[in-house]
Amino acid sequence: MKTWTKAVLTVAALSLAACTDPGSFGAGDDYGTGTGADSGLGSSADPGSIAYFQEAVGDRVLFLVDQSTLSEQGRLTVLAQANWLMENPDYIAVIEGHADEQGTREYNLALGARRASAVQELLVSQGVASNRIRTVSYGKERPIEICSEESCYAQNRRAVTVLTANLSG
Amino acid sequence: MRLFATLVIGILTVGQFAHPVSAQGTPLRIEITDGVIEPMPYAVPDFVAETQGSNQVSKDISRVIAADLNGTGLFREIPAKAHISSITNFGSPVQFADWKAVNAQALITGGVSVSDNQLEVKFRVYDVFAGTELGNGLRFKGTTDGWRRMAHKVADAVYARITGEGGYFDSRVVYVAETGPKNDRKKRLAVMDYDGANLQYLTDSSSIVLAPRFSPTGDRVLYTSYETGFPQVFVLDVGSVRRKVLSNESGTMSFAPRFSPDGKSVVMSVTEGGNTDLYKMDIASGKRQRLTSTPSIETAPSYSPDGSKIVFESDRSGTQQLYVMSAGGGEATRISFGKGRYGTPVWSPRGDLIAFTKQNKGRFHIGVMRTDGSEERLLTASFLDEGPTWSPNGRVIMFTRETRGAGGAASLYSVDVSGRNLKPVKINGGGSDPAWSPLQ
Repeated sequence: MKTWTKAVLTVAALSLAACTDPGSFGAGDDYGTGTGADSGLGSSADPGSIAYFQEAVGDRVLFLVDQSTLSEQGRLTVLAQANWLMENPDYIAVIEGHADEQGTREYNLALGARRASAVQELLVSQGVASNRIRTVSYGKERPIEICSEESCYAQNRRAVTVLTANLSG
Repeated sequence: MRLFATLVIGILTVGQFAHPVSAQGTPLRIEITDGVIEPMPYAVPDFVAETQGSNQVSKDISRVIAADLNGTGLFREIPAKAHISSITNFGSPVQFADWKAVNAQALITGGVSVSDNQLEVKFRVYDVFAGTELGNGLRFKGTTDGWRRMAHKVADAVYARITGEGGYFDSRVVYVAETGPKNDRKKRLAVMDYDGANLQYLTDSSSIVLAPRFSPTGDRVLYTSYETGFPQVFVLDVGSVRRKVLSNESGTMSFAPRFSPDGKSVVMSVTEGGNTDLYKMDIASGKRQRLTSTPSIETAPSYSPDGSKIVFESDRSGTQQLYVMSAGGGEATRISFGKGRYGTPVWSPRGDLIAFTKQNKGRFHIGVMRTDGSEERLLTASFLDEGPTWSPNGRVIMFTRETRGAGGAASLYSVDVSGRNLKPVKINGGGSDPAWSPLQ
């Protein structure tokens, strides 16, 4: 019942929030963004909302070139994600791993999978149920920054934890 | 459907022209070597229209033949306006002196007739300086909508006679057609003739699709799609455009598929728990066999033409490098030892070379090496070149070139295995991940 209430309350905020969601892949695109009509982002003032998770907890971690080890900052972000997920058991997550464009397509798919898996493993080690988390790699297919400079590449080498309200739960 | 237009090939048996290649003088021949070569001058006057209504198609066929030959970089056409003689009757004797005078070493003549939707094309190749015919005349019959294929067949025959190697013009390329900016790129599978003609889309752009690969007979295409929300390997029937997912196990990703040379199984990467290894799957039974078991990334597998070995990339040494192992798995031998990272190896259809992508000092290269890793040669250099595919005769490599920056776009390029003749492939819009079909 709690989930339903949340879904109804957050629908109004969906259209506005979707425009500012840096993780979305563009209008009409639903490649694992998990922002379906029933989930909604909610208000970041609500600590149980997706918007709060994205803005206050932090939905993404960044990686060094060709690396999939979490940085200290990345580790702290994932620990905070784990806490939030433990406190908000009605959400499930897909962790999207991404790479920058400096690499061959297949290798970057595998590298993105490693990055997503690094986040997943830490979440599970903190007690988040493994059946709440899936991973997917987009390799270099979905950059968020499009310049061919390190400033953009650094933002693209990422793992993003994308939440969905688990209505079946 | 055009791509399955039936072609009947027959040898012209008109006795007077059936001379063997002349033994006098130097035979007409391009020896393809890695040195600089002077393209061979030749003439292909418009084929003779032998029936009402075959005027335009006669001209069109001649132009496609010329485009094929010119595109190799091995031939140079003597333009029609320089000709001092014309071919008005396919059966009449050739005035060799007139073609010698314009320095055409080779002369290609032909005749075209149309009856209802049936098209017949016949041609002969002459060694102008020897004053003889090169090989026998050939005749192709088919439907009129297959006229480009017949032109490619003629060009393949001319190429084979003059170079002594198989041609590659009657072939197709499947690739990923791309539109839109880098951060919202739309991708769909497309198939076209090797020269960009007869484009047909095989999927819509609702899901990301990657790296299509032809079956050994060109009837099916393997590719990776995000249709299920997760990257999975699909197989698509080119004729019916029907597709099915090959590997869809929850919690895993599959990608980088390639057919075995017998077309019965697929080798691909499967990722589980963040670790990517190689698997072989029998298409009929769906049975999967694990080929590698390491914590490193193993991907981009490609069979040797005899099916006995697989070349692939792995970062087990710390960086991406190329390895060869038995097709059944087991111990792998590293073959790349130069500076930089090596990926996307593809075994040549001749079996003698492996093409690859190399990254070094911020640049990307397409290169080739022998199958033991020796004699590495880089053929290209740019901001981002990747994903080589071989022409059916192992002479030409097509690949993806992406330009840098916010407006960067992907396009297809081809280069001769010697490193000569680098040029863009004409396609409509952007494109990536080309895969060349076998000769049709």
